[in-house]
Amino acid sequence: MGEVMVITSGKGGVGKTTTTANIGTGLASLGYKVVLVDTDIGLRNLDVVMGLENRIVYDIVDVTSGQVSYSKALIKDKRFPDGRLNLLPAAQTKDKTAVNQAQMQKLCEDLKKEFDFVLIDCPAGIEQGFKNAIAGAEKAIVVTTPEVSAIRDADRIIGLLEAGGLRNPRLIINRLRPAMVKQGDMMSIEDMVDILAIDVLGVVPEDDTIVISTNKGEPAVLDDNSRAGQAYRNITRRLTGADVPLMNLEVSEGLFDKVRKIFGMGR
Amino acid sequence: MAVLDFLNRMFSRENSNNSKNIAKERLRLVLVHDRSSVSPEIIEALKEDLIRVISNYMEIDERSLEVNLNNEDSSVALVANIPVLGLKRRNVPR
Repeated sequence: MGEVMVITSGKGGVGKTTTTANIGTGLASLGYKVVLVDTDIGLRNLDVVMGLENRIVYDIVDVTSGQVSYSKALIKDKRFPDGRLNLLPAAQTKDKTAVNQAQMQKLCEDLKKEFDFVLIDCPAGIEQGFKNAIAGAEKAIVVTTPEVSAIRDADRIIGLLEAGGLRNPRLIINRLRPAMVKQGDMMSIEDMVDILAIDVLGVVPEDDTIVISTNKGEPAVLDDNSRAGQAYRNITRRLTGADVPLMNLEVSEGLFDKVRKIFGMGR
Repeated sequence: MAVLDFLNRMFSRENSNNSKNIAKERLRLVLVHDRSSVSPEIIEALKEDLIRVISNYMEIDERSLEVNLNNEDSSVALVANIPVLGLKRRNVPR
């Protein structure tokens, strides 16, 4: 029996989809059978982040409405030739009411019989789409960025998850900028843990390689030179029970950076 | 340029007006309010407990009892309005 995990945040744009794509791909890299489920009906995005947008035939609504079996709708990621990484895309031309909670529970029950990890990419907000996304989940990951708005929404989501029976969600802090934290202009990991009072699953630094990997449709977790990718690899291993310390995000200003700063070539 | 930058940073580090401290303080206040509104059942439970305790000492009008969290400028206060109908003669419980 696999594990059903929902990735959620409340606020939009904090990196839920990027996180889902990277964790899923990371777990597949470790050899697990994984299915990613995009529940953001009407605003489908996980397919493009994964680079699988050209291969969609059926979507989640086709499956939950009983028109096709899930195995027919799943898109196999060819980066893993044995087909261990799969995507169930959201419907783009319907709305959130096209799926209900009972259907989601049934879908998750079915998927976890075949897969080690069922990762649910949750839409932003706290309405129907959110309720659907958490309906079949057993565990939850909350993604936030170090901003007041995102943390406030994360707090709300944690409350709603617990009210929905999903105890002890774990936190991913995304887009942390260590230099700003050092200056006192961004909340630190400790600050956020203090406020939200939940366990940290991982911290992902702000990293240009995420933009590049999203442009290409290749999750950064596969890029050995990506700092964010490294953070996602660590998160993935923690999910499988390994004890991996948080990445060192200390900012060491190298000679090159100093020279660049002096010449006003800051980035 | 770089020296100025460095000095600025040196001095701003200890400053409690760092923008992160402002963020933390604003969040603290807003979350107290949010959390109370997420769980009206907690306020309800608090009401019941209050009634139970106060009833040991005085008769109160349970139906018009009001308990709210008020968010004022820089603090959050628990405000309870409890109409008293009468005092009990024996006011030592147990």
